[in-house]
Amino acid sequence: MALVLTEDQELLAQTARDFVRTNSPVSRLRALRDGQDMGFSPDMWQEMAQLGWAGILIPEEYGGAGMGLADLAVVLEAVGHNLAPEPFLSTVLLGGQLLADAGSPEQKQAWLSGIATGEKILALAYQEARSRYDLNRVSTQAAAEGDAWRLSGEKIQVLDGQNADALIVSARTAGEDNDPDGITLFLLAPDTPGVAIIPQTRVDNRAAALVNLDGVKVGAESVVGAVGQGFQTLSHIVDLATVGLCAEMLGGMSQIFDDTLDYLKTREQFGVVIGSFQALKHRAAKVFMEIELCRSVVMAVANAADAGESDLALLVSLAKARCSDAFILATNEGVQMHGGIGMTDEHDAGLYMKRARAAEMTFGDAAWHRDRWARLRGY
Amino acid sequence: MADLETFRAETHQWLDANAPASIRGVGNTLLDGNWGGRKARYPNPDMKVWLDVMAERGWTAPEWPTQYGGGGLSKDETKVLQQEMNTLRLPAPLIGFGLTMIGPTLLQYGTEEQKHEHLPGIIKGEIRWCQGYSEPGSGSDLASLKTRAILEGDHYVINGQKVWTSFANLADWMFMLVRTDPEAKKQEGITFLLVDMESPGVETRPIKLISGASPFCETFLTDVHTPAKNVIFEVNKGWTVAKSLLNHERNMIASAFGTTAGKGRTMRDWAKEHLGLDGDRVADSAIRDRMAQYEMDSRAFRLTTERARDAAKAGRPPGPESSMFKIYGTELNQRRLELLVSIAGPHALGWEGPGFEDVELTLTRDWLRSRGNTIEGGTSEIQLNIIAKRVLGLPD
Ligand SMILES: Cc1cc2nc3c(=O)[nH]c(=O)nc-3n(C[C@H](O)[C@H](O)[C@H](O)COP(=O)(O)OP(=O)(O)OC[C@H]3O[C@@H](n4cnc5c(N)ncnc54)[C@H](O)[C@@H]3O)c2cc1C
Repeated sequence: MALVLTEDQELLAQTARDFVRTNSPVSRLRALRDGQDMGFSPDMWQEMAQLGWAGILIPEEYGGAGMGLADLAVVLEAVGHNLAPEPFLSTVLLGGQLLADAGSPEQKQAWLSGIATGEKILALAYQEARSRYDLNRVSTQAAAEGDAWRLSGEKIQVLDGQNADALIVSARTAGEDNDPDGITLFLLAPDTPGVAIIPQTRVDNRAAALVNLDGVKVGAESVVGAVGQGFQTLSHIVDLATVGLCAEMLGGMSQIFDDTLDYLKTREQFGVVIGSFQALKHRAAKVFMEIELCRSVVMAVANAADAGESDLALLVSLAKARCSDAFILATNEGVQMHGGIGMTDEHDAGLYMKRARAAEMTFGDAAWHRDRWARLRGY
Repeated sequence: MADLETFRAETHQWLDANAPASIRGVGNTLLDGNWGGRKARYPNPDMKVWLDVMAERGWTAPEWPTQYGGGGLSKDETKVLQQEMNTLRLPAPLIGFGLTMIGPTLLQYGTEEQKHEHLPGIIKGEIRWCQGYSEPGSGSDLASLKTRAILEGDHYVINGQKVWTSFANLADWMFMLVRTDPEAKKQEGITFLLVDMESPGVETRPIKLISGASPFCETFLTDVHTPAKNVIFEVNKGWTVAKSLLNHERNMIASAFGTTAGKGRTMRDWAKEHLGLDGDRVADSAIRDRMAQYEMDSRAFRLTTERARDAAKAGRPPGPESSMFKIYGTELNQRRLELLVSIAGPHALGWEGPGFEDVELTLTRDWLRSRGNTIEGGTSEIQLNIIAKRVLGLPD
């Protein structure tokens, strides 16, 4: 696959950029934050779904477009530009891809078309206190009771947990706490007795929740994929979702960098614009280069995911490590080069900085991915 | 595409039939290999055989037009040729500034006569070129150069000094920048000239580098005569030519270092050998992290050069590639060597003599030499200036 956008993708990117610019200014995020609502706008999500964005990855037989991650990536980049908090991660990249990949025919029938139309929100509860980025560190228990299962444990920072129409939960049906074998995925309604969902407030204001499971009883039909094989599914889906997250991060870093460049060209000190100072010029040029490299990597990993290439995991680690470091660099430099105004809540730079940090700590930070890369490369 | 596959099969067969056995597996890069020229020495005579068979087909300069002796291949065919050479582990038959710098510049700015005079010699590896740009007082501020050339009849008479002239002592011809109008604004009084190094009045003195090697020289020019027909493009318009050539140079330097990634294997094996194992992993986690960081950045860099090529093929306007690639490619090469030095530890301290293996001694020299990568061809700081100005639009 060539590392250029196809004509269709160019068109999609243009539509997405225009839509986001007009309908989703960063001020919208600020209003959502201060409004204490769901963390995103259901009306906006409806509009995005009507543009076809929620169903890009959903197979055609379930009402989606059956397109690839490379297509979704151009949309997510546009969305990332203005930090739009709609539930792409929870519902499209995690929940939707997981059910499309591992769900039973009934589960797909029940959920996929609703995701494509924007009516259904999903949440994937995989993270626990101290599990950091390791998907095998699951201590939530699922005990067999005849045909049924009883779930107990606590999941943290479940994206859109409080908004979800269904939760997918990883729990241990066998093995020790760190064992990759013995993890099973369950699909359950949030109002199942014993489920408590407690909204959390994160630095980036994305909707996230604690999910407490206190002896929650679910039937055999709620298992997603094979019993005990959840880790493999989870790893693969999180890798694919990471591709999407990286595209969003690319959008975010590009925007904060553009804002910073504008400021370098307009703010004057000592009678000249600050962008004429070489100390700032060189640093800006370095941020620019890092973003260019991220763009190549994001295109390559999205193509590789769609083509099912065998070194996908390596490329995912490459993309996530790079985008994490570059987004943080771009936002740190962004705030620094704005001076005092960059430190104010009123200015957008801080919102990008917070999102950069949260995105870094989703699906593995740079150091975690470098370590994974080293392991995959045999050292 | 079917045509390309036919071309691939035929190329493979031809290469396999014509490449001498003793040159296979000989590694080389754009800066390390057979430079050709009248003074070339061939410790392995098969290298000369290899050069001659390839030059015969024009495949030392695969993309250059056939009327000058080039291969006349398309970009895609050239890529296939390169791939098949890699598959058979064949070194480039010829490298040097003729192929990478002055050749492309002549193709763009030379007259028909100049192209016919100089390109065949480059393609056949008969003439080796050196670059006379820098002077003692003019490095980054190249346009301030002072070497004078005055037209007397149908010759220019040149007086002045060049410095850091790579391989001037081994070169047959020099392309150089001279001042032809001292009154004009500094960029507007410069001319791009070709000079035969055997002309009376040319003297070269090798300078020793921190690596112990002497790859460059001081070049003194005293009443050197060169025919006026050796002006490239127009008199006093040499700066335009000079800048275009610098682009070729930066691309060359960048791709020279962008392609060393295959050596990652050596790095891993070295790390395991020097640092020991913790289970099946290199025992030192800090080194592991640096290795991963280096390998990732190097992969990202190669993907970015690929993206630039793909964009060019798709007819998208060229980006700021050459400056960015120059900075990034050279820094990667430095990081690679510093990392290898860290891995080798005290074994990387050898200069010569007993107690050190050859690979270790080479590493030490390569590491020292690599520090020049971010200086030669325009320093990293100058490249950052160019990106800030031309790409980001930041004011002076
Ligand atoms: C191995 C090697 C091979 C070479 N081969 C050749 C050759 O074949 N032919 C040839 O003509 N030349 C050659 N050069 C010369 C090379 O092009 C110059 O060394 C280079 O352009 C820098 O010039 P300088 O050495 O005078 O350093 P200076 O220009 O004096 O620079 C000194 C320092 O100041 C910095 N600096 C200068 N101006 C600025 C600015 N405006 N903003 C910020 N920082 C600045 C530089 O980045 C550098 O760090 C070679 C150099 C090396 C090291």
